[in-house]
Amino acid sequence: MKKRTKMILTLIALPSIALLLFLSQELLNSYYSRIITLIGIYGIMAVSLTLVNGISGVFSLGHAGFIAVGAYTSALLTLSPEQKEMTFLIEKLVWPLNSIQIPFFWATIIAGLVAAVFAFLIGWPSLRLTGDYFAIATLGFSEIIRIFALNLNSITNGALGLKALPDHTNVWWAWGWLLVTVATVLSLAYSSFGRALRAIREDRVAAQAMGINVFKHQLTAFVLGGFFAGISGSLYGHWLSTIDPRTNTFGILLTFNVLIMIVLGGLGSITGAIIGGALFAFLSEWLRFLEGPMNILGFKIMGISGMRMLVFSGLFVIIMIFWPRGLMGRSEFSWDGLVSVFKRRYKR
Amino acid sequence: MGLKAPPSPFSFQSAGGVSLDPKTLLQNFINGLSLGSLYALIAIGYTMVYGILRLINFAHGDIFMMAVYFALFFVTLAQLPWYLAAILAVACAALLGFTVDRIAYKPIRNAPRISALITAIGVSFFLESLAVVVFSGIPRSFRTIFPQSLNEMIIIGGEMEVKYGREVIVGGIRFPVISLITLIVAAIALVFLWWFIFKTKVGMAMRAVSLDIQTTSLMGVNVDRVIGMTFALGSALAGIGGILWAIRYPQVWPYMGFIPGMKAFVAAVFGGIGSVPGAVLGGLILGITEVMMVGIMPGAAGYRDAFAFFILIIVLSIKPSGLLGRPEIVKV
Repeated sequence: MKKRTKMILTLIALPSIALLLFLSQELLNSYYSRIITLIGIYGIMAVSLTLVNGISGVFSLGHAGFIAVGAYTSALLTLSPEQKEMTFLIEKLVWPLNSIQIPFFWATIIAGLVAAVFAFLIGWPSLRLTGDYFAIATLGFSEIIRIFALNLNSITNGALGLKALPDHTNVWWAWGWLLVTVATVLSLAYSSFGRALRAIREDRVAAQAMGINVFKHQLTAFVLGGFFAGISGSLYGHWLSTIDPRTNTFGILLTFNVLIMIVLGGLGSITGAIIGGALFAFLSEWLRFLEGPMNILGFKIMGISGMRMLVFSGLFVIIMIFWPRGLMGRSEFSWDGLVSVFKRRYKR
Repeated sequence: MGLKAPPSPFSFQSAGGVSLDPKTLLQNFINGLSLGSLYALIAIGYTMVYGILRLINFAHGDIFMMAVYFALFFVTLAQLPWYLAAILAVACAALLGFTVDRIAYKPIRNAPRISALITAIGVSFFLESLAVVVFSGIPRSFRTIFPQSLNEMIIIGGEMEVKYGREVIVGGIRFPVISLITLIVAAIALVFLWWFIFKTKVGMAMRAVSLDIQTTSLMGVNVDRVIGMTFALGSALAGIGGILWAIRYPQVWPYMGFIPGMKAFVAAVFGGIGSVPGAVLGGLILGITEVMMVGIMPGAAGYRDAFAFFILIIVLSIKPSGLLGRPEIVKV
């Protein structure tokens, strides 16, 4: 297929997705439009983790920490001073934060930047490690972030968390930021920078011998991953409208959920990450029936809470053992690929 | 009703809530030693599996949690006496560790190390969710299961004094009975482990497998069985640690294994992962420093769980091979 045809197809596809989103807003009820928003947020989380875990060849388990940093930062910036006065019961909020309120867009950008700074500070010492040691170190850092959030009463409101966040996140913010994330990560992954990252992923020592600065490349990818994790955190916080450091909403469970998305979609594929995010959002809503009361062959069964997580983790282990490539493997969506799929169908 | 002793020149109480009383330090030391021996018991399972498979067995902390639930239900549902329940629960934990290896880790023995790690994380969450579904996510109390005398205090060398109209013992070293019992049980378990690894045939096979899997299998050793035995042994030790832990901190819930498991892993890395004496040493040092830190700076108690991770990160960035481990050489 010619390059121009592909571009035209892309230019048609993007507005059609936008049109579909618009129609979904108009026709479906708020429950469904919330799920569609969640798909966008999960997409950003999964794509940013794919950049780190799938493409750059380090394995981070600290994503939830950056998401939490983003959520707290933007929430502290969008809440009105009166609300903060009411929420911070244990200790008063520190000075510059207690009297400012800025628009959601700028709060999200700052959330991303702050998360990126955290990623830099964490990546600097951790990236001297490789493989599973790096995974554990990042997991440790994300737990440290959560424990600090639980204890720094004058900034995070401690165990009480933040409540009544304005519900700024809608379909347009989520999917708009998803578009920005995908465009950035794609253009990065298919530049010389991305090729260097993939060379490091395949063989770290060999790549180093070829003159690639492993540390610098991986740190850049890690910081960028942290930036978009912060963005997704800002959107997620304003979608949930509460931030609670006690439950595992922003703990290791969130990292695990994002990990399920990218493993389901195929570790190393950006398309796979988006599909995985969408499937996860869809399945976790659809599987709700497992936790409600059921009627099987005339027997009434009380719903069992926690059943969804069991299904997901079981599915996760089965995928890893029998189907480690996931849905997409390491391949990406392309118009050529789509056409060849249709051709094969047609011939048969 | 003795007179209150004059303040010792070695003890002082500073304005910042920092207390450095030698008696307090000693009782913190005993409590830290007992907590550290719990970490050591759990860390051995991590270090043995890592020594053989180069795999961080994330599910280890959840086997710890499962053992506690087993003990709880053997006492409450099966009405067994507590010592029998504890022994059975440890046996069940060993069986669970063996099963987890067979079902989840054996099919991916030859997969890249990172996929094995991801699978281990998945297994960990599977066991946690299983516990939520089977035992429910509501925390249960372990307090009434085991004899109450375990939680009583041992007091050495204090004086009687009248406080609030009652005679109470002031000063002296005080620590719960369970601290002492933990130390004894851990010591017995470690002696047994030493005997098992160095004096039995299976132990010899374990040491051989950790040096070189392929050569060992060529020598006619059933490697899969030896690895299974390693998982069972490590899980049994985690089970012992779990039950002692639950007597000390009597709240049982499905996610209770995460933090102790992570701390024990830190202990294993600290001591040099792959080395059993290293795991014991790392566990003891971690336990003592953690309790000491909280004892000296009570204001920092909220950050207690973060402390272990700080140690991890410092150790990893200064000497990733730990105190007694060998450095790993990367080849192309």
